[in-house]
Amino acid sequence: MDFQLSDMHKMVRRTTREFAEEYIAPVAAESDQKSRLDPEVMEEMKRMKFFGASIPQEYGGAGLDTLGFVIATEEIGRIDASWSITFAVPASVCSYPIYLFGTEEQKRKFLPALSSGEKLGAFVLTEANAGSDAQSVQLSATKDGDEYILNGSKIFATNGGIAKTLLAVTTTGTVGRRKELTMFIVDTDTPGYSVGVREKKLGVRASNTSELVFQDVRVPEENILGKRGDGFKLTLAILDYGRILMAAQIVGLGQACLEKSVKYANERVQFGRPIGSFQGIQYKIADMATEIEASRLLTYKAAHLCDIGQDYGLIGSMAKLYASEATMRAAHQAVQIHGAYGLTKSYDVERYFRDAKMAEIYEGTSEIQRMVIGSSMLRKYQ
Amino acid sequence: MKIFVCVKQVPAVEKIKIDPKTNCLIRKGIPSMINPMDKNAIELAVQLKETHNAETIGLTMGPPQAEEVLRQALAMGIDEAYLLTDSKFAGADTLATSYTLSLAIKKILKQKKVEEDYLIICGNQAIDGETGQTGPELAEELGIPQITYVENFQLQGKKAIIERSFISEEVVVIETKLPLLLSVVRDLNDPKYPTMAGIVNAYHKEITHWNATDLSADKKKIGLPGSRIIVWNLFSPERKGELTLLEGTPEKISKELCDYLQKDKVL
Repeated sequence: MDFQLSDMHKMVRRTTREFAEEYIAPVAAESDQKSRLDPEVMEEMKRMKFFGASIPQEYGGAGLDTLGFVIATEEIGRIDASWSITFAVPASVCSYPIYLFGTEEQKRKFLPALSSGEKLGAFVLTEANAGSDAQSVQLSATKDGDEYILNGSKIFATNGGIAKTLLAVTTTGTVGRRKELTMFIVDTDTPGYSVGVREKKLGVRASNTSELVFQDVRVPEENILGKRGDGFKLTLAILDYGRILMAAQIVGLGQACLEKSVKYANERVQFGRPIGSFQGIQYKIADMATEIEASRLLTYKAAHLCDIGQDYGLIGSMAKLYASEATMRAAHQAVQIHGAYGLTKSYDVERYFRDAKMAEIYEGTSEIQRMVIGSSMLRKYQ
Repeated sequence: MKIFVCVKQVPAVEKIKIDPKTNCLIRKGIPSMINPMDKNAIELAVQLKETHNAETIGLTMGPPQAEEVLRQALAMGIDEAYLLTDSKFAGADTLATSYTLSLAIKKILKQKKVEEDYLIICGNQAIDGETGQTGPELAEELGIPQITYVENFQLQGKKAIIERSFISEEVVVIETKLPLLLSVVRDLNDPKYPTMAGIVNAYHKEITHWNATDLSADKKKIGLPGSRIIVWNLFSPERKGELTLLEGTPEKISKELCDYLQKDKVL
C-alpha cells in the first residue's frame, strides 16, 4: 500500500496552492461579504482548466484522474469554499456525467465549452418538495413530437444563476406506482427558462445559489442523458461521484481551520506566553489535525477506488460525512481559539465557521450519508 | 525556429545551510524549486512558440531529481526536455556548466539540422549562486552574441529587438539577429501558472537523459576538474550594523557613497 502522492499529483497541489494563495486569498473575504465571484479569479480558473478537471483532453478537459481533481479541489477549498464548489460542482456533477453517460454527439457538443468554463454547468435536482428524496421530483417533461416540454422549478441550484448548461432531473410520468425520472441536458438560452430568486446564505456566500423556473421550455429528445427513465439511477451515480469532490472541498476547509488556529495560537500571548503553549489549546489542535487527516485519507481512498474502477460509493459517503462533521468541529474550535477576534470579520475563521455549516447540508446531509452507510452495512453483514 | 531554455533547480529556502566539511550546499531534506527568473525565460519561449511557430526545448544540468524543474517547464508549455546528469558533472562551476550545456545544444542542433535559426533564453541569474555567468559563458562557448538583463524582447521576422536598462534609468534598445542568447530578468513578463492539462501532459512526456559519454565531453572540462572556481569557504552572512539606503540618480548615489567611504576613511 503506497500513501505517497505521485510527482504529478504533487505538482497539481503546488500549482493550485500557489494560484489560490496569489489570486483567491486576497479577495476571499470581500467576495464573501459582497456575495460575488471575482471576475479575475474566474478568468484564471478557466484558463487553468479547472472547470474541465477530470474530462479527457480530447473533449477539451485537463485529463486529471479523480485523485488529481480531488487535490485541486482541496487546495482551492483551503482558501475559499465558494470557489471550490463553483468549479468542482459543475466539473463533477454536470460535465463528468455527460462524459460518462452521454452519447458521442452529446460529448462533442457540450463538453468543450463546459471544460473551458466558457459555459458554466449545474446539476439541478432539488425542488421545494424533493432533494434528499430524489424520487419526489415534480419538474415535468412532457413529450411533444421529438421534443419534451419542461414545466416546474428547481431551488438551491449551485451556480444556478450563472449556469449555461444544466443537467436537470425531471419526471416523465409514472411506471407502476413509482415516478419515472429522466435527465435532460438543458441549454439555459432556451425560451421559457428563467432564473428566480438568488438565495442569501449563511455560508459559501460568493457561490451563486438560485431558484430556476421552467415555463414550457422545449428540449430536444436527443438531449436526454442516458435513456428515458434512467433519471433516478443516474442521479444516484452522479451524487456518488460528486460526494468525493465535496469531501475534498471540505477537507481543504478543515485544513484552513487547522492552519489558522496554529498560526494564531503561536502569535497570541496571554499570561506571558503564546496560548499554543497551553495544553487546553494543544488538545484542540491535536483533535483537529487528527480528524482532518482521517477525513483526507477517506477522501483519497474514495478517489483512488474510483480511479482503479472499483466501487467507491460507500467510502465516498463516509468521506463526505466524516469530513463535514470533522470540519464543523474544527471550525468551531478555530473560532474558540481565536476568542472574540474569531467572531469578527477581521479573521478568516469567522467565514470558515459559516462555510463549514453548509458542508453538513449540501450534496447530501449528514443524515442522508448515514442512511446510505447504514443501509449498506445492514445489507453487507446481514 | 528552435528555442532553448536553460533552467536550474535551486533550494526553496531563504537561508541556505552549508556543509562545513565540503563547503557545498546541503540539499538533503531541503525543498527545491525552479529558479524564479527561469520562469520568465520559459514564459518568453512559450509566447514565441505561439506567435512564431517555434519548437521549444528545455535543458538543465543536475542530479536526477532536477528532472522536476524540467517537468515544470513542460507543464508551462515547453515541448521537449533534456536532463544532463552524470556524477562526473558534480561540483561544476559556471564555466564547466556552460561547457556541458553547450555540448548538449550543439548535439541537439546537429540532430535537428539547425544552423542559425535558434534562440537561447536563460534566467539572468540563479537565486542560489547569483553569479549571472552561465548564460554569457554559454554564448561564448557557442560563439554567438549574447544580451543580458533583457527586459523586453520582440522578434520581427529575422530581426530581434531587445530592451535592457542597466544601472541608469535609460533604456538601451538593441537590434540584432539570430542566433542569439538572452538572459532575462523578472520585469520581462509575468509567468503564467501551468494549466491542469499542462501538468498532465508534462508527466506523459519522455525526458532525455544524457551523461558525459553521450555528450562526448572532454573530462578535463566538466565537473570539478573543469572548474576554475574553488570554493574555500561559504557562509550565510549575518546581518549586522546599520543599513542606509541611498536614493536618487546614479551620479548622486555615487557621490554620497564616496562621501561615506571618505568619512569612514576607506578612501
